[in-house]
Amino acid sequence: MDAAGLSWGRMVVTTDKIWQLLESVSDPEIPVLTVLDMGIVREVKSFGDGVEVVITPTYSGCPAMKSIEFSIIAELEANGIHPVKVTTVLSPSWTTDWMSEEGRKKLKVYGIAPPIPGTNAKRIEALFSEAPQPECPHCGAKNTKLVSQFGSTACKALYQCQDCKEPFDYFKCH
Amino acid sequence: MQHSGKSPDTCYLIPATNMNQSLINYTLQIADNNLILGQRLSEWCGHAPELEIDIALTNIALDLIGQSRNLYQYAAELEGKGRSEDDIAYLRDSSRYRNVLLVEQPNEDFAYTIARQFFFDVYNHLFYQELTKSKDERLAEIAEKSLKEINYHIRFSSEWMIRLGDGTKLSHEKIQTAVDDLWDFIGEMTLLNDTDREMLSNGIGVDLNKIRPLYFQKVKEILAEATLNIPVEEPFQKGGKNGIHSEFLGHLLAEMQWMQRAYPGAEW
Ligand SMILES: [Zn+2]
Repeated sequence: MDAAGLSWGRMVVTTDKIWQLLESVSDPEIPVLTVLDMGIVREVKSFGDGVEVVITPTYSGCPAMKSIEFSIIAELEANGIHPVKVTTVLSPSWTTDWMSEEGRKKLKVYGIAPPIPGTNAKRIEALFSEAPQPECPHCGAKNTKLVSQFGSTACKALYQCQDCKEPFDYFKCH
Repeated sequence: MQHSGKSPDTCYLIPATNMNQSLINYTLQIADNNLILGQRLSEWCGHAPELEIDIALTNIALDLIGQSRNLYQYAAELEGKGRSEDDIAYLRDSSRYRNVLLVEQPNEDFAYTIARQFFFDVYNHLFYQELTKSKDERLAEIAEKSLKEINYHIRFSSEWMIRLGDGTKLSHEKIQTAVDDLWDFIGEMTLLNDTDREMLSNGIGVDLNKIRPLYFQKVKEILAEATLNIPVEEPFQKGGKNGIHSEFLGHLLAEMQWMQRAYPGAEW
C-alpha cells in the first residue's frame, strides 16, 4: 500500500493513518470483527482532494455492505477526512484466506468456529465429500457434526458439538 | 411499447439494435433467472418443513437476489439513463422479463421446490463456470463471485434429491412427481435464442450447445443415484427467455412489485 501523504487543506494524513482508523469500523453482523479482520477492505487511495476506500463483499447478497459503507464514511469524516468515497469491487472475489489471524482468534472467543483453511467448496467433485470438522468453540472438542451448510448469515454453517451438545456457528471457508 | 421486430426475440422485448442493447438484454436474461427464483424461494421464509431448511432456502434466495443485483447494476450502467437496479427489478412488466419458465413455476410442495432448484443449480453451475471466461470483464467477475455461492446451492439440492428419491415410499413418489412435472421446463435453459447467439459470436456469451450434454449427463447421474425414473427428453416448453411467460410470473411480480408501484420511490 502506498504510504504517501494525502493532504486535506493544511492537514496531511497518510494512508497508514486511514488504515489505522479503519480498525475501529466493525462488521455489523459479527461486531467483534473489524472490517480489516474480515479482509474486505482491499485498498485505500487518494481521490481528488479526498480518500477512496475500496471494499469487496463477502457474499453477493451480503446485506451489510451498505451499512459498512456508511460506517467507513462516518468514521473517517469524524476524524476530519473528507470527502470519503467508498467503492465496491467484485474481483478478485473475497475469500476467508483474507481473514486476519487476530480475527480468527476473536471469532473463536466470540463462540464462532473460525474457517479451516483449504476446505472451501470450490469443486463440484467434492459434492458429497466429508464436511470439515471444526473444533467446538465452547469446549474445544473435536467431535463435532454438521447440521446445515446454511446458518444464521450467509457466511456461516450450523454445527453441533457431540461432546457438550451445544450448537455453534462455523464460519465457512469461501 | 414498440412492437418493431418480427422475430420472437424482439416481439415482446426491447429490440437489440446495437451491441450495447444486446449486452443489456443478455445481462437481464441472466439476472432475471436469479431474481425470480430468489423471490420464489423467499416465499418459503417461515414456512419450511424444518428450521434448517427454512434457513437454507432463504440463504439461497439471498445469494440469488444478490447476484441479480450485481447484474442489474451492470445493466443500468450500460443503459446509461440514470436508472438503478431497483427500477429494473420493480418497474418492469412480466413481458419484459427474460427468465426461463422453470424458475417462475410455483413452489407447490417441498419436493417441487427441491426438484426445481436442482434442475436450475446444475444449469447455473455449468453456465457460470463458462461465463467466468467471458470477454466481458464485468460478467466474468460476477460469474466468479457467484460460482462460489452456487457450489453450496448445488450441493444442497443434489443431496436432497437423493435423500427424497432414495428415502421413503412417500418421499420417492413426491419427488418423482415433481421431476416428471418440471421436466418439460428444463430444456429451455440450454436452448439458444437470438441474444445468446449474438453474445456467443462476440465471445461474451456462453456456448449453451456445449453445456447441454453436460447438463443432461449430470442431471441423469443424480436422478439415477436418487433411484428416480428419467423422463423422456422432448419436446420442452420454452418462451420465457423471449418474454413469453406462464401466468405464474404475473402473480409473482404483483407481490414483488406492488410496493414500488403503489408508492413509487418508497424507501425504508
Ligand atoms: Zn462442545
